[in-house]
Amino acid sequence: MDVLVWLIPVSLFLGGLGLAGFFWALRKGQFEDPEGDSRRILNPDYDEKPKD
Amino acid sequence: MSLAETPRLAACPACAAAPAAEELAARANAVEGPGTVQLSLPTIHCAACISAVERGIARAPGVRGARVNLTLKRVTIDVEPGTPVEDLVSRIEGLGYEAHELDSAALTATETDRRGSDLLMRLAVAFFANMNVMLLSVAVWAGAEGVTRDMFHWISAAITIPTVIFSGQPFYVSAWSALRVRRLNMDVPISLAIILAVALSLWETTLSGKHAYFDAALSLTFFLLLGRYLDYRTRASARSAAQELTALEVPKAWKLVDGAETAVRVSELAVGDLVRVRPGGRVPVDGAVVEGTSEIDRSLMTGESLPVFAGPETTVHAGEVNLTGPLSVRVSAVGRDTALHRIADLVAVAESGRANYNSLADRMARAYAPVVHVLAAATFLAWMWVSGGDARLSLNIAVATLIITCPCALGLAVPAVTTAASGRLFRKGLLIKDGTALERLAEIDTVVFDKTGTLTMGLPEPVDLDDLSRRDLEAALALADASSHPLAKALAKAGRERGLRPTPATEVAEVPGFGIEGNVRGERARLGRAAWVGADGVPETATYFRVGSDDAVAIRFADTIRPGAEQAIEELRAEGKRLILVSGDADAAVRAFARRVGVDEVISEALPEDKARIVAELSADGRNVLMVGDGLNDTAALSAAHVSISPATALDAARVASDIVLMGKDLSALGDAARTAVKARARIKENFTISTIYNVVAVPIALLGFATPLAAALAMSLSSITVSLNALRVR
Repeated sequence: MDVLVWLIPVSLFLGGLGLAGFFWALRKGQFEDPEGDSRRILNPDYDEKPKD
Repeated sequence: MSLAETPRLAACPACAAAPAAEELAARANAVEGPGTVQLSLPTIHCAACISAVERGIARAPGVRGARVNLTLKRVTIDVEPGTPVEDLVSRIEGLGYEAHELDSAALTATETDRRGSDLLMRLAVAFFANMNVMLLSVAVWAGAEGVTRDMFHWISAAITIPTVIFSGQPFYVSAWSALRVRRLNMDVPISLAIILAVALSLWETTLSGKHAYFDAALSLTFFLLLGRYLDYRTRASARSAAQELTALEVPKAWKLVDGAETAVRVSELAVGDLVRVRPGGRVPVDGAVVEGTSEIDRSLMTGESLPVFAGPETTVHAGEVNLTGPLSVRVSAVGRDTALHRIADLVAVAESGRANYNSLADRMARAYAPVVHVLAAATFLAWMWVSGGDARLSLNIAVATLIITCPCALGLAVPAVTTAASGRLFRKGLLIKDGTALERLAEIDTVVFDKTGTLTMGLPEPVDLDDLSRRDLEAALALADASSHPLAKALAKAGRERGLRPTPATEVAEVPGFGIEGNVRGERARLGRAAWVGADGVPETATYFRVGSDDAVAIRFADTIRPGAEQAIEELRAEGKRLILVSGDADAAVRAFARRVGVDEVISEALPEDKARIVAELSADGRNVLMVGDGLNDTAALSAAHVSISPATALDAARVASDIVLMGKDLSALGDAARTAVKARARIKENFTISTIYNVVAVPIALLGFATPLAAALAMSLSSITVSLNALRVR
């Protein structure tokens, strides 16, 4: 059971990483135009300012 | 999970707001100072549209950059100072998309956006913590013992305590504000359950006890936050679209100073100023005409469909539309003192009646919250007595009872149904502005319709054209073609559709406020108002025509029926609703119209006060009235009714007063809305029943002390999922 000493912090760290990633996306406004973003990916133009 | 699928934003918030848009197109206001311009693009829909608009606008002079938001159907343009907005609008229209300027000041969406991402963040934290603690709990349920169990409990505590403090805040704040005024709401038992569960579990952990409810406290927080977030999304999308409509009416006026026109904000006008009202423009203030003659359309104010003459000395009111000639108006009242705002006062009086409405959720909470507390307290005391003073055991059982009875599924019951139902109605073009509107819509038994602009489009079309000779018609068309008056335009359009060719006419001149005259076949011909043409007036909306010394002929007009109006009336009647048509228009016109659409009860020539009174009387008789109206004269009635609907073409004030806004032109969605509302209410009630059944089964187990954290977790998740799935059946 000694492995738990490692596994639990590792799992918490990974989960926390996901949470931090979500926060980052939220702050960067990636949920502001979900409709548009899903279409822009089909666009051949180079999009130099993905956020605004 | 399709539950999280929230309605998309305004499909076409601006398409129908034609009057305001026309007004905007007439203005040539430039951007003041550097900054951003927002334009609404109601018809944009694809990947190609995005790049077309962005690239097209980037080439315009003075534009630094543009970004389309497809979700909001809006483009934000970064411009240099002094760039005329009109150029940008016409450039986009040149690309084939409708564009309307939005008043950025009115779009204060930032506040609500911030609240939304705040809730989402709390939800994410709760989810993360819940999943981790669940993993640890599964190990405990599977039989972890001794030191391992204690360690798992300690780790759970370390995750749970900060999460509960952070994520549970919305509940604590709301519970506290209710308690402060000595009331109970649903958030009180929620907060109590979360806090007690965490406190007890911590105590148990320090005593290396067997049961800890950390996972239950977190599930509770997570599921309830989810309900809160769904609720928020439904409201926010409706609010933002409604806001967009408001922003369409940029309040500006043309002030005359020494004969020169300058654009000013309506709020800057003072009594005694002179303003110019252009043909097609809306009168911004109350005042008297000083110069010019024209006809004005009062339909939004009074419901009267016939344009009235306006010349020097005529009093005009804010909200009326100037039709033919330019008018100079001496301002007699601005802002709060205008007739427009006096109607707003009527609204405030009428509204106080509706504030008393108790939503199903409120009623449930009021019945439920005390039961939860009493039950938990009674359990504690009973077990203290049974166990002979074992506080730890009694508290454990009391907390288990509190968690199991806690309205977790109840918190989801209403928002999940409302989200599903308003999403469905949104696709049909109905925007639900108020949280309880659907419930109220489900209760209606009487529908009161306004006529002009609601059941009709406010666009006249000539009738009985066959009664006129082809010769007369073709001569009349020649004159009608030269005018921008709505009746003349309708006549010209109808003539062209019949394949008539206008007789060549010379010296055609419009006499604003009276009509058009010109030489046809060598004789003087006039098309216009009865007295000016020299004809006997008929009671309906009509224009008159005379060539030389012939007898004058009347060309009658009827308002176009709004598409879907007949279907909506048919469906509502089939559902057994009492239908009443109330209009400010002349009796003959209203009765003729009522026969066409098939409404039997008619009340005509109603003043705004009358409309509100009729609705109030019906309500006093115990009827639940749905008011459908669009004019300023309807606003008081809209607010007095049990629930109200207005089309997007309605005046600002009417849209604000109503609970539901109809985005498209088509009225046929009304019948479906009523059915969906009834279905939604049935689902909400079913959801309440489902969660009550869970309680009836689980509470005795908890009371007897057999409830384990595993049982609590199961009961909570199962009831929440059942309730959500049931809600989806509304779609």
